Amino acid sequence: MKNLLTNGLLGLVLIIIATVGFTANSVAQSTSSSTEMEWVKGIKDPNAGYRGWIHGISPPGDSTAAAAADTGIDAQINAVTAPLAAFIGKVVFFKVPLFGAQLPLVVLWLVIGSVFFTIYTRFIGLRAFKHAIELVRGDYSDPNSHGEVSHFQALATAVSGTVGIGNIGGVAVAVTVGGPGATFWLIMAGVLGMSTKFVECTLGVKYRTENPDGSVSGGPMYYLRKGFAELGMEGFGRFMGMFYAIGIFIGALGIGNMFQSNQAYVQLNNVTGGALDGLGWLVGIIMAAIVFAVIIGGIKSIARVTEKIVPFMAGFYCLFALIVIAMNITAVPEAIANIFTGAFTGEGVAGGALGALIIGFQRAVFSNEAGIGSASIAHSAVKTNEPVTEGVVSVLEPFIDTIVICTITALVIGTSAVADPNFAGDAKGIAMTSAAFEAKLSWFPIPLAFAGMMFAFSTMISWSYYGLKGWTYMFGESDLGQTIYKVIYCIFVALGCMVSLGPILDISDALVFLICVPNILGLYFLAPIVKREMDSYFARIKSGEIKRFRNS
Amino acid sequence: MSNVFLLAVDGSPGSDKAIDFVADQAGRGGAKVIVAYVIEWSPYSFNTAEENEQRHKRREEELEKATSSIISPVEDRLKKLGLDVESIVRHGHPAKTVAELAVSKDAAQIFIGRTGETGLKSMLFGSVAANLVQTSTVPVTVVP
Repeated sequence: MKNLLTNGLLGLVLIIIATVGFTANSVAQSTSSSTEMEWVKGIKDPNAGYRGWIHGISPPGDSTAAAAADTGIDAQINAVTAPLAAFIGKVVFFKVPLFGAQLPLVVLWLVIGSVFFTIYTRFIGLRAFKHAIELVRGDYSDPNSHGEVSHFQALATAVSGTVGIGNIGGVAVAVTVGGPGATFWLIMAGVLGMSTKFVECTLGVKYRTENPDGSVSGGPMYYLRKGFAELGMEGFGRFMGMFYAIGIFIGALGIGNMFQSNQAYVQLNNVTGGALDGLGWLVGIIMAAIVFAVIIGGIKSIARVTEKIVPFMAGFYCLFALIVIAMNITAVPEAIANIFTGAFTGEGVAGGALGALIIGFQRAVFSNEAGIGSASIAHSAVKTNEPVTEGVVSVLEPFIDTIVICTITALVIGTSAVADPNFAGDAKGIAMTSAAFEAKLSWFPIPLAFAGMMFAFSTMISWSYYGLKGWTYMFGESDLGQTIYKVIYCIFVALGCMVSLGPILDISDALVFLICVPNILGLYFLAPIVKREMDSYFARIKSGEIKRFRNS
Repeated sequence: MSNVFLLAVDGSPGSDKAIDFVADQAGRGGAKVIVAYVIEWSPYSFNTAEENEQRHKRREEELEKATSSIISPVEDRLKKLGLDVESIVRHGHPAKTVAELAVSKDAAQIFIGRTGETGLKSMLFGSVAANLVQTSTVPVTVVP
């Protein structure tokens, strides 16, 4: 019965998408280029469009690394890949005009998924929120299994992979384009994203593979393959798993790697006042060397230091953001009022309230990665007998990433804008956030740039792991293969600072969002399994079969 | 009252003295001895995804190493004296874990050598023995 319901709903969703897609297609043809999104305006480099949206950074200006090498290799690569990238980008980020707003289908796909999973799991994110905190606190940890990865560690690892430059700069972009009301929808999307994370992280643990050497591998490629095989669709599952593995592997080289090193260089260059112009190759090689030391040289101390610094930096960021908000305290009521009224009126936003909604949702999805499946890879490393516990813990990620950090950033910008509507001048993205801080704390841009570097670095390390898992899924766990992958990864770190690989980055971005399609499709099919596990788990918590070891 | 002694060891010369002392005490009273070793570990550290993946394997290795190089020699030594011996290796905060073990194993007394760590670290954080004396709900004998 439940299966029937799921499949029925799934069918309905597909029909809606198909219908909307077709109508949109004809509308799009009739209106042609005049429907170019308002919110793309202001982004100078057309190739950077998608990346700017994913990471919420205004693309590099004319003097930056992206334009560092317009000749030679780069030109050749461009000539080959540009048309392909443009085509893939157009397909993946296909946009539907809807009541004057522009809705990328892939975002609609993610949003429908998160709404469905929220209802299907009966608002698991809110229901299990308290339980998630108890799990992270270790109330249910058996002392006999101490020494394994704790829930806290799994959460911290996954969070440091998602909290990044986007939380600082992306929100600024959202507010610039979608108005203060976008913040409201961003928070709503964070709440919905909790359910998607719950489903994918539970599945990640349930279907992970234990390697002969005792380590574990998991993630969407494994649950797609094994889950569909269980449903009697073995061939389809294998195809989906492989598709996901290729997507995450190439995506890791792009948005998880080149884009990060590129932005780190751009920021460093900005802070030093352009002293590093033309030295992209040097910065790139230095960064590649550090990444090399960590992922190949096994100098774990660097990674460990980063992993330790990043959470504290996120903490400091929030602390100083709260200080700035407190300094703007008189503007807080108006800023909050703007968020609520903007959410429903969409004043001054292209597409009105719907436009604000789309931008808020898009920003949230891109920030907390719910539906992309990356967190599922990180969580499957945890050895636990109860897959549901990892799902429950993962609902805290959209909460921390989107509902807490993004909202705080939005309030910093919102209150600054109330105090002085022109506080940022022409600055966009991270520069705008920086200006909002600078208005109250003049020294803040430098630690902010440092934080940006660290965030970029930790994202590179996290994504090197996600990409590696895609690689080992395709080519097996051999040490030689893994080393080859890691060398490739380091080369791309350096390349990110040196050349403008716009089209290649577009392909990787497109692929990262393309993998939402098999991932979420798989989640629909496997959701009944998650629900069974979830109901059984919470029944056992209630009956006392699963015991507390502390604070009982 | 139970007749169980909990002996916390760390492989240092200081814990050697505690072992001798416990052997003597337990021999007289016919007490059972639980030898415990705690591998320092915190559930609240920050790890990379790769470390997490390897964690289970590492844990097994750590347990194996602690058992073979620290716990087993002590166990053998006490068994040779005809004592009833049990051994435990756990991950966790050393003093806290020993205190918890004492309660869960219903030990009458904890024995520990005075000098585990020396130097700067013990000056900054206090020694395990000192922490244990302050936090344990079971009587603690610190062997100098």
